Amino acid sequence: MQLTINGKPTETTAGSTIQNLLDQLRLDSRQVVVECNRAIVPRQRFGEEFLAEGDTLEIVHFVGGG
Amino acid sequence: MDTLTIANRTFRSRLMVGTGKFSSNAAMVAAMEGSGCEIVTVALRRVDVDNPHDSILTHIDREKYLLLPNTSGARDAEEAVRLARLARAAGCEPWVKLEVTPDPFYLLPDPIETLKAAEILVKDGFVVLPYINADPVLAKRLQEAGTATVMPLGAPIGTNKGVRTRDSIAIIIEQAIVPVVVDAGLGAPSHAAEAMEMGADAVLVNTALAVARDPGAMGQAFRKGVEAGREAYLAGLGRQQERAEASSPLTGFLHN
Amino acid sequence: MNFQQTLDSYNLAEVEARIAAKRSADVEAALAAAHLGIDDFMALLSPAAAAYIEPMAQRAHQLTVQRFGKTILMYAPLYLSNECTNGCRYCGFNAHNKVPRRTLTLDETEAEARVLHDRGFRHLLLVTGEAPRAADTDYLTAAVARLRPLFSSISIEVYPMEESGYRQVIDAGVDGLTIYQETYDRALYAEMHPFGKKRDFAFRLRAPEHAAAAGMRRIGVGALLGLGKFRVEAFCTGLHALHLARHCWRTHLTVSFPRMRPADGGFQPLNPVSDHDFVQLICALRLLLPDAGLVLSTRESAQLRDNLLPLGITQMSAGSCTSPGGYAEKDESGRQFVIDDDRTHTEVEAMLRSRGYDPVWKDWDSAFHA
Repeated sequence: MQLTINGKPTETTAGSTIQNLLDQLRLDSRQVVVECNRAIVPRQRFGEEFLAEGDTLEIVHFVGGG
Repeated sequence: MDTLTIANRTFRSRLMVGTGKFSSNAAMVAAMEGSGCEIVTVALRRVDVDNPHDSILTHIDREKYLLLPNTSGARDAEEAVRLARLARAAGCEPWVKLEVTPDPFYLLPDPIETLKAAEILVKDGFVVLPYINADPVLAKRLQEAGTATVMPLGAPIGTNKGVRTRDSIAIIIEQAIVPVVVDAGLGAPSHAAEAMEMGADAVLVNTALAVARDPGAMGQAFRKGVEAGREAYLAGLGRQQERAEASSPLTGFLHN
Repeated sequence: MNFQQTLDSYNLAEVEARIAAKRSADVEAALAAAHLGIDDFMALLSPAAAAYIEPMAQRAHQLTVQRFGKTILMYAPLYLSNECTNGCRYCGFNAHNKVPRRTLTLDETEAEARVLHDRGFRHLLLVTGEAPRAADTDYLTAAVARLRPLFSSISIEVYPMEESGYRQVIDAGVDGLTIYQETYDRALYAEMHPFGKKRDFAFRLRAPEHAAAAGMRRIGVGALLGLGKFRVEAFCTGLHALHLARHCWRTHLTVSFPRMRPADGGFQPLNPVSDHDFVQLICALRLLLPDAGLVLSTRESAQLRDNLLPLGITQMSAGSCTSPGGYAEKDESGRQFVIDDDRTHTEVEAMLRSRGYDPVWKDWDSAFHA
């Protein structure tokens, strides 16, 4: 199924959870924040939230800043 | 002991450090260590999913430093609020350095959107530290809205020009009911000392450390500048004497 | 943070000791400061500053001229009622005092006001005691509504109110509030106010903040000099004004320093304030608060008022009566206290002009408030 991740169309396996997606992208779930369709997903629910066709995700993390 | 209290948290250091623009994480850590800071700012950005790398958090000892996420990149109140909430969801304490900078050239803060965002974030339970131009009335409006500090700029961010907004910052300090943190534009330890001598409660420095040949040593130099300025302020600086013009005595009647 | 919390953070005995410990070097540092800190203010109130009265006066004069020019805002008090249920031991309106009591009708009020209007006054201060049955907020509101066409600014010096009460009088046309705490020392306050609603120290202390929240344009604070120790009372007054300046920053502040006058009842000042102390206090407050209006009433003698004029004063009354009906009927039997400067408004005006000061009869119009 197709998702939009950080503005880019991305293919992923149907039936994935957010945790599955992060694993696929090799991202450490403790170090990112995920918004799904503009709603923040609490970290403890990453393994329970299933993704659906057309979902728009923002995955952000901390970088240096003043 | 002289300490800084922001929103019921007490700090020994009056120097906050930004983590942007460093050539390496090692240089950033050296600057933080050298500075003796207890608060470090970080920014939120999209992960580059094609080329993921370590989060900055793996390099910052969370036991030692309070992470102060900023809302850099926000161009209006709505974006700033969104970024603040994302940062909180990342597991940070609900502290936020509020920056709303629609002007891409000087990155000057938008006072109207900053106030709007501050009102929303305070109601939402955040400890809000707003980055503002050195505008005393805006500072009062933000304090009324419940912000934990005000952070007036000394000069546009990254310019290293020092406390160019001196007269306005002096008014903000004189009238403040929350700590005043001079942020942006401080390019040398003498600038930091100047702000502290004026009675600022703290300063925030980033670029000056990041671009130094030796960020660790520059961190130490700023630490000393901040401490010297603070100590001078507490000790009571010899004031520039304004001589009143000679005039006839005003209290002679008391002796008649 | 309200002012009570600020005040409670100080122990008044410690304040007195800290002030007493100030040395001439502290006074010199304070005199050189661009903005006074708390310790600077203490230094200027200290015994050590007595030797610096002339440089303090020069600095006070310089700051005042720089900020206000050589102008004096003229105002007049109008006593609406001397009925009172309070027992303030120092006050002529004390409920136990056998003075003729009256509350002016609206027509009588207007007759009084017309006398003041004809004299040129446009800034009016309405005064009552605290007698809810005789002169409540509705009464006050009706009086203000009647007088509003005659005056550009109407202030009140009455009992403390909640924010809603202040909203009501502001809507009727009031733009200024004068409320003295009398003394900032709770124990002494309790002693001086043995009965009546005024016993509530905290409610009175909160009143300026209530008024500011309601949108009052001018607020005046002060302590009645002669009750507590003047250095401590002056310190607390300054602290109060500073707090209001920072927290109620849309409001213009004035400070008064009423010195106790002979009143019916014969109460004697507990801590008399000498002229020298009085001058020191006025100068210290001016140096602490360069932007505050400083008010000098006819409680002081003509000669002293003339001499105090250049030290920082910005507002004066003239030709005042302190009894209801005193202007139109010339009846002073029910007065609050005996004034000292009994010159007419024209004499005071002439004095001001001869000294290069401009008497200002109107500096604001409540029509702007609409």
